[in-house]
Amino acid sequence: MTAELIIFVLLAVIAVAAALGMLLSSNAIYSALFLVVNFGVVATFYLLLGAPFIAMVQVTVYAGAIMVLFLFVIMLLGAERLRHPNQVLSWQQPLAVVLVMALLGFAGYVVSMQGLASPPVDVANTVSYGSPAAIGELLFREYLFPFEATSLLLLSAMVGVVVLTAVDARRGVSRGVSRDRRS
Amino acid sequence: MSPVIGIVIEAIIKSALMVFVLATAFAYLTLAERKIAAFVQVRKGPNRVGPWGLMQPAADGIKLLFKEEMVPAGADKVLFFLAPILTMIPAMVIMAVVPIGPDVELFGRSIRLGISDLNVGMLYILSVASVAVYGIVLAGWSSANKYSLLGGLRASAQMISYEIALGLSIIGPIILAGTMSLQGIITAQQQSTWYVLWQPVGALVFFLAGLAEVNRAPFDMPEAEQELTAGYFTEYSGMKFSLFFMGEYIKMVAVCAIATTLFLGGYLGPYVEQLPWLGILYFTIKTTALLFLMIWIRLTLPRLRYDQLMAFGWKVLLPLALANVVVTATATVLLG
Repeated sequence: MTAELIIFVLLAVIAVAAALGMLLSSNAIYSALFLVVNFGVVATFYLLLGAPFIAMVQVTVYAGAIMVLFLFVIMLLGAERLRHPNQVLSWQQPLAVVLVMALLGFAGYVVSMQGLASPPVDVANTVSYGSPAAIGELLFREYLFPFEATSLLLLSAMVGVVVLTAVDARRGVSRGVSRDRRS
Repeated sequence: MSPVIGIVIEAIIKSALMVFVLATAFAYLTLAERKIAAFVQVRKGPNRVGPWGLMQPAADGIKLLFKEEMVPAGADKVLFFLAPILTMIPAMVIMAVVPIGPDVELFGRSIRLGISDLNVGMLYILSVASVAVYGIVLAGWSSANKYSLLGGLRASAQMISYEIALGLSIIGPIILAGTMSLQGIITAQQQSTWYVLWQPVGALVFFLAGLAEVNRAPFDMPEAEQELTAGYFTEYSGMKFSLFFMGEYIKMVAVCAIATTLFLGGYLGPYVEQLPWLGILYFTIKTTALLFLMIWIRLTLPRLRYDQLMAFGWKVLLPLALANVVVTATATVLLG
């Protein structure tokens, strides 16, 4: 128990430090990398909770696919630095302070009402709960409709992107054809 | 000695052995590639250092160790230093779940030949493979060189595209074996037969996507010498360069080892039940045969163009892998 607690505290410090680094670094590449570290630590938390499937998916999807695409876009656009770091978004600073105060207030209220004690975790139950078979069972039996609806939504978004970019390509081709006819 | 400490010591010894074996494999794979290239091109190849040039890797290592380390003026120092390490580590740790032999008796205790056996082993391999791209992308960006940046961008696009086909191609063996553990997949192959016979399409897609994942010819767009000088590691020299070099070759070994486990029965072979140590020999022979195939392909095929690469990945490999998954799943349900 104590070993687990020590590991948790160490990881928590790393997670918070990485999150702060992500927010405070002025270079977007470093921000993205801090976020990757944060995702990695969260994956380790899932491992500690006995959910290796979720942990691996967390690394594969968030750290491995989404953040690589983020890096790709940042590098492609050469947008790693803000041009005027102090002028842009200056109006957001007072707003952020107000919102953080509100969040802390609500969180404090909830904690003071309920206390920090969480119901004891049934470890034997979590192991079967986090297994690939159990998650597949849940996704394809109990939550089949939401799952399929989400994938349909994602598919339509993808088709939408393809259509939007294909219109430009067709115009380009037709312009090219008319130019050819004139010549 | 409590059992936990015993397990930790066993894991440390096995990991150290694995690192040593992989580093040696890297050294002699470079020599093997040069020798095979020489054979294919009717040359002699390296033959001056030691008998048949067998000490050539040691000479290369000493040479690289004493080369000057260059850091470009505009480079991001931290990431420039970090990138080779980030390339190296995933290549090493991905082998942790690959069993290289059956359990053996040693010093009165049963020892698994393989560092660990995870029940989500295949997902572990996919997640390590998916973070392996960071080293290459960051090397490209931190070098402050246009060739390097282009190489890094190509690498990220290519590796994300082929990861999907790679991930789909391993679903076939997982469905057939009913488990994600690599040990479980080998045990299932012991009961039926090598999965390359049941999953020829899956094996082909896995091998091709694996070639693209490790940036080997004909998919070596990120480092295309003739157009990008050397792509993402243009600015690297000395030991940092050799870390990239090492990372690429160890990734080759890892892809071949995983392909052996998934499709060629891993360490299985005649008499392996009676003599468990034979398993390592069979595993090595199968992996080496696949490595030879990789080198042979590099020496035979020209590099793909960037648009051909993307078209092949998205329009050929992905539908093929998807159809393979559908057919395998349907057949498994219908035939039981």
